[in-house]
Amino acid sequence: MKIEIQNLNVYYGEKQVIQDLSLQIPRNEILSIIGPANSGVTTLLRSLNRLVDLTPGCRVEGSILLDGESIFDEEVSVTELRRKVGMVFEIPAPLPMSIFDNIAYGPRLKGTKNRQKLMDVAEESLRLAALWDETKDRLKMPAFKLSGGQQQRLCIARVLALRPEVIMLDRSCSGLDPISTAKIEDSLVQLKKQFTVVLAPHNVQQAGRVSDRVAFMLMGKLIEDGKNSEVFSSPKDQRTNDYITGRFG
Amino acid sequence: MRKFKENLSGRIFFILALSSISALALITVFIFIKGVPFIAEVGLFNFLFGSSWAPDHGEYGILPMIAGTFIVTFGAALIGIPIALCCAVFLAEIAPAWLRNLFRPAIQLLAGIPSVVYGFWGLVFIVPFIMNHFGGPGVGILAASIILGIMILPTVISISEVSILALPRQYKEGALALGLTHWQTIRSVILPSAKSGIVAAVILGIGRAVGETMAVIMIVGNAPAMPRSILDPVRTLTTNIGLEMNYASGLHEKALFATGIVLFIIIMILNASAQYFTRKRSF
Repeated sequence: MKIEIQNLNVYYGEKQVIQDLSLQIPRNEILSIIGPANSGVTTLLRSLNRLVDLTPGCRVEGSILLDGESIFDEEVSVTELRRKVGMVFEIPAPLPMSIFDNIAYGPRLKGTKNRQKLMDVAEESLRLAALWDETKDRLKMPAFKLSGGQQQRLCIARVLALRPEVIMLDRSCSGLDPISTAKIEDSLVQLKKQFTVVLAPHNVQQAGRVSDRVAFMLMGKLIEDGKNSEVFSSPKDQRTNDYITGRFG
Repeated sequence: MRKFKENLSGRIFFILALSSISALALITVFIFIKGVPFIAEVGLFNFLFGSSWAPDHGEYGILPMIAGTFIVTFGAALIGIPIALCCAVFLAEIAPAWLRNLFRPAIQLLAGIPSVVYGFWGLVFIVPFIMNHFGGPGVGILAASIILGIMILPTVISISEVSILALPRQYKEGALALGLTHWQTIRSVILPSAKSGIVAAVILGIGRAVGETMAVIMIVGNAPAMPRSILDPVRTLTTNIGLEMNYASGLHEKALFATGIVLFIIIMILNASAQYFTRKRSF
């Protein structure tokens, strides 16, 4: 198992947004976490890289193990953790610099100075994110001049350049056209060979298309999880069935 | 009937809005009508680059005042802007909520203090301090720069803070999720992204320093001569008008309007560039 979540409770002030959640995330697979709005999916992802620390009044109980080690340990460097567990957001937010610098930024912080090495990393990451062909001739262009779909793939490339172990995508395709979405989905399937992917898809269909496993969350609770084929063909819980067949959500 | 009411209220709003623009137009036309003939009579070069201001002897060179304005403003920027920017970053990014709630109204209060009070405080506090520790008359460039540096703080702080807070949350979280530390995020993502707003804030602050009159009159020394050190008294464009308008007449009065034109153009340029930078957002 890459990540093991045990009895996780997350509170925002008085409000409990995740209730006693336990979930195993196997390595080199794509796990989709689905659920209607306000189910706690985003909070769960933000707990895995401790981005919840930024929310004032947020409290986390329970344990999350990454490769068997607790991410809440005193010795764990949050910065290090976030490089290992990369995240792509719903709205792409490239850094205000060129395409190349966006990707080189992370490796540079880690101490890579060599221009050729950075170039190699950039090319590899852009290829993995299915953006290389569109940008190879204009790497010096400001990143915000790219289209929304391209910006999102750039954000994926930027995360990949850090050589993370886990990549989380939080509804990262929700604002994208079908072609960009298809490209990203293709690259996700490529990526799982090297990484563990946790995906909060923007709709159930996407989960069905790309994932190996599916977890269904409702009101902060994990209702069920399992292999993609099993959950979609014979869900154990009535609520899961209702959700994936589109009766609510 | 309904349509008539709609039209009528639209017109009333338009006329009222127009009145504020027409105030600007009237003032502009007026100072140009009064000032331009003077410049034509004395000569633009003699006016702008003449180094002697002696209306009694028919000498109307405002170079010392232009120099005074620029030096005092530069000093104010040097003192005020670094403080203001650090304060804005602190408020927008670092300060806990309770401290922010304490700081913000305090800074707004700073903007509400009448300029004559700033001048008075400078006169009884800063001026003697400079006189005792650095020598000279006390009044002069340094004193005016310090006071103006404080006076531009609220403008620069609040506008830069707003432009930092206006950044999409994703900028910051995206950077933090990349494993940047908070400080690295501020330095390499937040400040560059908010750059246009911060530059506009700085320009507006400088505009405020250029235009301030009352506080400056009280502490700048008002000698219409080229300064040789930062302790020397100087006169600025604004104080030149403020000091002499009471008794000026004839050509002298027109010379003051012409001074107003120069001031007007400087402020216009500053405001236009602030506008330019505000529009040039990168997101």
